Amino acid sequence: MTLLSVENLRIEVSANKAVIVDDVSFAVERGEFLAVVGESGSGKTAAARAVLGLLPSGLRKAGGRIVLDGIDLAKVSARQMRALRGPTVGMVFQEPMVSLNPAISVGAQMAEGLGLHERLGKREIRGRCLDMLARVQIRDPERTFDAYPHEFSGGMRQRIMLASVMLLKPKLLIADEPTTALDTLTQREVLDLMVGLARDHGTSVLLITHNLGLVSRYAQRALVLRQGKMVETGTTRQILFSPQQAYTRRLVEALPRRGATTKAQQVGEPLVSVRDLKVGFAGRQRLFRRDTGVSAVNGVDLDIAAGETVAVVGGSGSGKTTLGRAMLRLIPTSGGAIRFRGRDVTATTDREFRLASQLVFQDPYSSLDPRMRVGELVAEPLRHVPHLAAGERDRRVEAMLEEVGLAGLGKRWPHELSGGQRQRIAIARAIVREPAFVVADEPVSALDMTIQAQVLKLFERLQLQYGFACLFISHDLAAVEQVADRVVVMQGGRIVEQGSRDDIFDRPQHDYTKALLAAAPVLDFDGAATARASG
Amino acid sequence: MLGYLARRLLMTIPTLLLVAIGVFALVRLIPGDPVQVMLGDAADPAQAAQLRAQLGLDQPIPVQFMHWIAKLATGDFGHSITNNLAVLPLILERFQVSAVIVLVAVAAAACIAVPAGLVAAWKQNSLLDLSVVGGATLLLSIPSFWLGLLLLLLFGLKLKWLPVIGYVPFTENFWQAAAFIVLPIATLTMVEIGVLTRMARAASIEVLRLEYVTHARAKGVPEWRVLARHVLPNAFAPTWTLIGLVLGHLLGGIAVIETVFTLPGLGRLLVDSIFARDYPVVQGCLLFTAVIYVVVNLIVDLCYPLFDPRVTVA
Amino acid sequence: MRANTAIGSVLMVFLLGAAITGAFWTPFDPLRINLRARLQAPSSLHWFGTDEFGRDVLSRVMVGAGASVVIAVLTVLLAVTIGVMVGCTAGYIRGWVDRIIMAVTDALLAFPGILLALAVMIVVGANKTGLILALGLAYIPSVVRVVRGTVLSIREKEYVEASRVIGNSEVYSMMRHVMPNAIAPVAVLATSMFGWVLLAESALSFLGLGVPPPAPTWGNMLAASRPFMETAAWLSIAPGLCIALTLLGINLLGDSLRDRLDPRMAQG
Repeated sequence: MTLLSVENLRIEVSANKAVIVDDVSFAVERGEFLAVVGESGSGKTAAARAVLGLLPSGLRKAGGRIVLDGIDLAKVSARQMRALRGPTVGMVFQEPMVSLNPAISVGAQMAEGLGLHERLGKREIRGRCLDMLARVQIRDPERTFDAYPHEFSGGMRQRIMLASVMLLKPKLLIADEPTTALDTLTQREVLDLMVGLARDHGTSVLLITHNLGLVSRYAQRALVLRQGKMVETGTTRQILFSPQQAYTRRLVEALPRRGATTKAQQVGEPLVSVRDLKVGFAGRQRLFRRDTGVSAVNGVDLDIAAGETVAVVGGSGSGKTTLGRAMLRLIPTSGGAIRFRGRDVTATTDREFRLASQLVFQDPYSSLDPRMRVGELVAEPLRHVPHLAAGERDRRVEAMLEEVGLAGLGKRWPHELSGGQRQRIAIARAIVREPAFVVADEPVSALDMTIQAQVLKLFERLQLQYGFACLFISHDLAAVEQVADRVVVMQGGRIVEQGSRDDIFDRPQHDYTKALLAAAPVLDFDGAATARASG
Repeated sequence: MLGYLARRLLMTIPTLLLVAIGVFALVRLIPGDPVQVMLGDAADPAQAAQLRAQLGLDQPIPVQFMHWIAKLATGDFGHSITNNLAVLPLILERFQVSAVIVLVAVAAAACIAVPAGLVAAWKQNSLLDLSVVGGATLLLSIPSFWLGLLLLLLFGLKLKWLPVIGYVPFTENFWQAAAFIVLPIATLTMVEIGVLTRMARAASIEVLRLEYVTHARAKGVPEWRVLARHVLPNAFAPTWTLIGLVLGHLLGGIAVIETVFTLPGLGRLLVDSIFARDYPVVQGCLLFTAVIYVVVNLIVDLCYPLFDPRVTVA
Repeated sequence: MRANTAIGSVLMVFLLGAAITGAFWTPFDPLRINLRARLQAPSSLHWFGTDEFGRDVLSRVMVGAGASVVIAVLTVLLAVTIGVMVGCTAGYIRGWVDRIIMAVTDALLAFPGILLALAVMIVVGANKTGLILALGLAYIPSVVRVVRGTVLSIREKEYVEASRVIGNSEVYSMMRHVMPNAIAPVAVLATSMFGWVLLAESALSFLGLGVPPPAPTWGNMLAASRPFMETAAWLSIAPGLCIALTLLGINLLGDSLRDRLDPRMAQG
């Protein structure tokens, strides 16, 4: 039986009539798990919000019919719509840090929905809340009930969110990228809880995601959207294993796959070598308190040979980003040694090391000076190349831009370009001086799937061409599997396991590595090839 | 909490010390001999010497400063030159007048501005929003003393509803006293409504964009409750910090309003003392205002956690 | 919000037009006393009427506009120049230099701005130069605060880190990447400061602590109008309206400037 049917939905920007969702139709059966897949700008969030009647301000529904649980939403009053929100349809949001009200205690926020929709006594409400908190595996429900959201981590908040929505036993749960902000392990836990709860209550789920791995693991059917239009719909197997449309095929092909062979292990002296590296942060003076000091990196040994790619993986707080920054001498170390080409560069601001090493940032929006043109940005590192004539410099910049597929865009401003284009600029800026060592800190995780694939390919090609060594920091095992020669697994500031890529992925030894691998969803292409979906 | 309070109080000491040094230096920086300046041309040497000794000006400057600070610490702000009254009681008496006006005005302004800003943000870009923003910007642009003059002209002189000039303490006759201060309060309220409404609106817009507001709506919470329970507390926190600044701003600008309405407040005392070259009183007024300002901001900070549980004062 | 910009610009053009014209030509001599024409209501001859000495109010308002603009511009220049230098130094060098600068700034901010100006006026005396010095000094701490905060936040931005990775020196990174991005907030501040100064100047003049008569400013014209409020309301309406409209213009322009420089608007 159909719980939700959406027919010919059309959503526009009120101001300029630009179409966000164009003629989209789909249905969700009772107890079914439907995934809506799309990249940024696909209109997937707007379509889902329309079901709740809560379009973001500035957007309006311009056409189509939404029937929820037998009720045509166009015909209900605002009051009746409010009565549907909660018991009939609930929503879990993407960003756990801003989706709970910081000024209201967890218990009061959970109780609010119950109080509105059911006639219950105070004690009964509290009891149901505590039961639900226990159900989402929160250790101390009593304490949690009276605590405020800021006292919890992202994963915990997302469980609280889930608990507060499922408390009303909705018939339909809309989950908008519910785990995108979480690391791989937490993502798995939260989603498993969500599916379990939905099954208990017979709730249908509409999962909005960009992650095909989650689709394959959890959804029965999927709908692919692109730029507001429906591309393809079908069972998860059809979509993933025999996609009919070119765009769907591109999405599936964009999943990173393990490269055929790794580069030969080099013998002899490593290019960069780190011994017993320690980085501690003194407690930070906050407005009202001083945080206790933490040691972010605690005794790391690591060798990187010329031309090799070493991936560092780990959850949030594992110290992987700090390690990368410390190896570039961007933050002070509190112990250990860093050697570059056999020379100790720990204490000195070694000019040769500085000029031979580079960093690619995660966020291409904040890593480019908004007041410099693309050409200037890429030319800037060449300031430090001695005896470089202006003509020669311009030629190299133009060649580099062409290399990253941005030929002729040198006069543009960064804000005029897309995220993927910006990340290409950042890569061009890092490579233009032909460095020997590049640290790439989550270089693709801020980008859309198909863009990720392009940028990763570009990065690999440039590495082959220029032969720089790379420290590839990522929480995304799929990307790591594609580019890494060796893998280092970090947890709590220490390396718990390291080895060749194949050893780590095929024969993991440490429990944490095993857990990470188990949490990252894998697509099995009928035995032919496997692809790990981005996490 | 107590530890925090102690730490915050300690932090105000360097600030107040610098303020004291500044206020002390002020009189020394006035060109010419302060005693001559104070007494005018008709001073005879004996009188000058006596005043010099009374002010301690015959001692080395660091010694003078230490003496002055030591006396301040015991609450001795010195004596007025014009009428020989002790400065601190004089200031306290005048301060009562200013404090009543400022506190009532800020409270009234906040009570009007915060809901207005909230509703304007809720109906962002509607006609209602435009008129609230327009009105607030207009109020922000009218100088308080001119607004005061206009109100005086309208209610005092044309309509003759309220007395024009004078002041009666509340202890003597409540209604008469209220009649005298209603216009000054109205003036200050209107001026501060401009600032606070714009702030409250901006803060509310920020909050309304956040997902927890949508989350509340997705639970089926009615709009009035979304605004009152989810938006207001979060939008009020930044507005609350502004209230401390507004209070200080009003204390600084109160002299003008007291001049317009001829009220015997602290600001008027300061200005009159400047004209009378009564420097002990000038010093006392400046120092007192700075202390009040620091204390008000301390109280504002201490109350902040009431509106934002993320900030604790443990 | 294009209407904001339009109305603001028109009002500012009026102000500047009046100020510049007033410097070269006024309908009457703003200082000439003509007791036979005292306290005349607005007429085709004296558009804004005459004051208690028979001086033409329109002429005085025009000259007053000039005085206000000169004082406000010089004050803002003074405060911004010194404030930016000190604020950059504090935000950039950090450490104990920063701590001392911020301690002094906080102490100065413990005085409401106008009181600080008042205190300085006592020392330097009531005249135009004194007023500029006093108001300039009074507003330096706010500029220092904003500039330091901006510099501190920008120097933590990834693009500044990127500049360091490239091998640029700290001073170069500061000049090339931090300063240009710090201009926007300073521009917004300078705009609103222009308004505050104008207001503070007229308030001080109103108290008799600003530009001394007979030279006309809007503030001292308002002060002088008080005894004649009932009989000659135009005396207080003309200068008051001028101050209010000018402030309105500045506030509207400031708003549109802020909207345009808001990074969220720029990114969209």
